[in-house]
Amino acid sequence: MNHDFFEKNSIVLLIGILVAVSIGGIVQIAPLFWVSSTIEKVQGMRPYSPLELLGRGIYIREGCYLCHSQMIRTLRDEVERYGHYSLAAESMYDHPFQWGSKRTGPDLARVGGKYSNQWHREHLINPRAVVPESIMPGYPFLAKTKLDYSDIAARMKTLRLTGVPYTDSQIKAAKADVEAQVDDPDSRGGEALMKRYPKANIGNFDGDGKKLSELDALVAYLQMLGTLVDFTKFDASGPNLR
Amino acid sequence: MSDNHKELDEATGVHTTGHEWDGIKELNNPLPKWWLYSFYACIVWGIGYMIAYPAWPLLDGYTKGMLGYSQRAVVMSEVALAKKAQSKFRDELAKTSIEKIKTKPELLRFAMAGGKAAFGDNCAPCHGRGAQGSKGYPNLNDDDWLWGGKITDIQYTIRHGIRAADEDTRSNDMPKFGVEELLEPAQINEAAEYVLSLSGKSKDAAAAAKGKVIFEEQCAACHGDNGQGLQEMGGPTLRDAIWLYGRSKADVVKSIETGRGGIMPAWATRLDEVTIKSLAVYVHSLGGGT
Repeated sequence: MNHDFFEKNSIVLLIGILVAVSIGGIVQIAPLFWVSSTIEKVQGMRPYSPLELLGRGIYIREGCYLCHSQMIRTLRDEVERYGHYSLAAESMYDHPFQWGSKRTGPDLARVGGKYSNQWHREHLINPRAVVPESIMPGYPFLAKTKLDYSDIAARMKTLRLTGVPYTDSQIKAAKADVEAQVDDPDSRGGEALMKRYPKANIGNFDGDGKKLSELDALVAYLQMLGTLVDFTKFDASGPNLR
Repeated sequence: MSDNHKELDEATGVHTTGHEWDGIKELNNPLPKWWLYSFYACIVWGIGYMIAYPAWPLLDGYTKGMLGYSQRAVVMSEVALAKKAQSKFRDELAKTSIEKIKTKPELLRFAMAGGKAAFGDNCAPCHGRGAQGSKGYPNLNDDDWLWGGKITDIQYTIRHGIRAADEDTRSNDMPKFGVEELLEPAQINEAAEYVLSLSGKSKDAAAAAKGKVIFEEQCAACHGDNGQGLQEMGGPTLRDAIWLYGRSKADVVKSIETGRGGIMPAWATRLDEVTIKSLAVYVHSLGGGT
């Protein structure tokens, strides 16, 4: 075969390489955008509430994903330890997803509701206070750092560009919803929040009622992980068997 | 640089490829046979794999493969098989009343092993690997049981939690005497002295005597007339040396000021009944009472 042509024209070689590499990408990635069975049809999934979204931002900023995955694999030991295997639908509003395979710490896909807010608070400030054998670093500054939520509406708009179905009213109420989620659940703001984001946990996550801290946001996020999908209505057979 | 430049290299006895750059020529050594045939075998294996297993994306869905393999089906059948292998004990455990389990040694051994494993996965983060507890999280080895240490009490607590999001959860609400200004700071000090005097730790008998009156009005309904505790209210005894939130004067004052009340999640939504039963058996074996 005569490959002089490629070897002597660098631009042609570059284009050739691009074509060859794209084939792999097109075959593996592109179909995910149109194959409808990629994401299961489930009940209960909703986009993150503004406070949870900010908590997720802190989770990523602090690099929690470097040690914790959020994906329960289809393996017996994982299902028995962590609960139902993770579904694609459960991370459909994640940009980027937090699946991962590095587990220095346990998987967090279903950590929501497993421990109390107080436990999360003490554990994040100093993990050894509650789990003596833990090697996780402490994050005491989260409780002392005021939560910056000035850009929450912009964050939600950006996510909307990627396909997360935030409505105009959700974006408009973003700041109020951040505040309502750490307020009294029976307040008017709390009820509106629950309507916009069903199953949201409302509470004083960081134990300090006066300040809205980064700890509030992170614990709110951790407490909702894996709690949204209603598994009593999930059909584990049929098209979801894969 | 075309085929007509091919020539025999005398030093090695191998033909060149005909490529030449600035006088440097490339030898055309054949690929090692083992490598070449392994490569062909991989291609054949790959084609077979694509036929047997899910492989190609289509316009809607994907090729399912001849074997009908599904990771999700595999894990579900593995879990079912493991349960079936244990069914002799699991079924019996489900049928047997929880108080009678300890009369059947084999069943007890099964429940203890399962309970210990489930404890490590679910309970140890708060109660500690050895159930030793820590400040705010009860030690399960001792004889102090806030909500009752009978095996049925423990089972109920595991199922429904404490102050949890469960209709039947165990719950009480200690007032925040200081935060909500129900008592003056001086009164809190006196009440604390009285509480400490119950376990012989008070250093101010006069204050303790005044505190007794406050205690009877404010605290006795849950903690008992003499601070002996009332399990039906979840009120701990204040007469012994076991203190969930610390026994120093400062700790006791803080407890009165801010109120106390930890949260334990309800596990009925996360764990099945057999696992909860096993857990209750295991926890009861640590320090449970009759």
